[in-house]
Amino acid sequence: MMPARASFFSAAYAIFRKDGLAEFRSRELIGSMGLFALLAVLIFSFALELNRQARIESVSGVLWVTIVFASILGLNRSMAMERDQGNLDALLLAPISRSAVFAGKLAGNFVFTGVVGLLVALVVTVLFNIPLASGWMLLLLVMGVLGFTTIGTMLAAMTVQTRARETLLPIVMLPIAVPLLLASVRATSYVLNNAAQEIWLPWLAILAVLDIIFLVLGVVLFEFVVEE
Amino acid sequence: MGVLTQAAPGKMKEKIGSTGGRPVLLTVISIIAVVSFVAAMAMSLFYAGTDVTQGHVQRIFYTHVSSFAGAFVVLGAAVIGGGMYLWKRDVKWDTFALAGIEVGFVLSLVNLFTGMVWARPIWNTWWTWDPRLTSAAIMVLTYAAYFMLRAGIENPDTRRRIASVYGMLAFSTVVVTFIIIRIRPDTIHPAVIGASPQNAEGGFELTSSMLATLSFAMVVWSVFVPWALMWWRIRLENVSERVNALRAKALED
Repeated sequence: MMPARASFFSAAYAIFRKDGLAEFRSRELIGSMGLFALLAVLIFSFALELNRQARIESVSGVLWVTIVFASILGLNRSMAMERDQGNLDALLLAPISRSAVFAGKLAGNFVFTGVVGLLVALVVTVLFNIPLASGWMLLLLVMGVLGFTTIGTMLAAMTVQTRARETLLPIVMLPIAVPLLLASVRATSYVLNNAAQEIWLPWLAILAVLDIIFLVLGVVLFEFVVEE
Repeated sequence: MGVLTQAAPGKMKEKIGSTGGRPVLLTVISIIAVVSFVAAMAMSLFYAGTDVTQGHVQRIFYTHVSSFAGAFVVLGAAVIGGGMYLWKRDVKWDTFALAGIEVGFVLSLVNLFTGMVWARPIWNTWWTWDPRLTSAAIMVLTYAAYFMLRAGIENPDTRRRIASVYGMLAFSTVVVTFIIIRIRPDTIHPAVIGASPQNAEGGFELTSSMLATLSFAMVVWSVFVPWALMWWRIRLENVSERVNALRAKALED
């Protein structure tokens, strides 16, 4: 017999596993996000006519804007699938807490966007000849993606209930995500320019604080977003 | 606006709730708001001393700073309104939050436009991509997104719930706008409270008549004007809800 109320972690893990399995079989999200990100990086390099010097200055902006746009693509799709196939209602009917649903969806979105973020970093490293591979860069990537997907998972759950659906997510998400974008881009460009640690460590701290704030807000407020 | 409140004929009133007559306090507050607004304008134009370096252009600063203070207060009030709606599920709290955000939106526009008018002679440009200016513009866009979000949801309960959550999240952009000149060293925007950033262009020292004018304008813009506007806006929303209810009822019959 299953317990009447599954524990937070087992419920969240089950949702994450479901998303992971679906993704592993269809490769729909990572495929579309990855291809979009690749195209975006190429288009940025044409549109900005990046030469060697300009590349170093603008690469962190290109990297993060690409990741954010790609994450919007994936977040919309991931929530729309739940909605269209009626699984959202099933999740809400299930005897699990709403914050577990949030944690499960967040984990999936985080992993998929993180994989795409790594891919973008790899592409930028190869095409722009700028080495992004370092421990601090990886940490920055993880923290930035965590922030964007946290705020995005919650907002996607909101916009999926609107008439405009997909068009509304970037409009509501981009302004809220600006503080995260600011901190991520700043820290990344300092790290890439080999700035002294005391210059960019505060930005990393700001990023960590924002992540925690958004996580707490997400866990607390998600309940109100999806109730029905 | 007075006409709207008288719209419902007596018989309808009993069937579907009514906003009642206009409270005396509202009239008083509205008169205070108008009179003190004119007084604050007069003070900033005639009473406050002329700035030594910037001349008369500096006088717009009293409106510029105070309108942001007002926006900060009402958008903060909308956070409380949103939180209270989620807790109590009383429609009046959502109406309160909506009124706060609409008034705050207009006040932030006043803030942006007065800033641009000031920047033209002082910075020699209407607009520059300074961190402060960018974050203020993003803040206005966030609240524009709030209106789009509201308009996109048909079910009134879902709309109120989601709008409450978003109204609370959106306040983070107000906080960012407030603190950004203190964390980004490359801004040229001067600070009023605390020390200005190193490369700020256009800061100045406040004399006593300037300080008096600023304090008065702050009270006018962050207490009287938003209070009166929000109250009128809440009444307008109640009237339009009643119109919708009456219309639905008329279609039924």
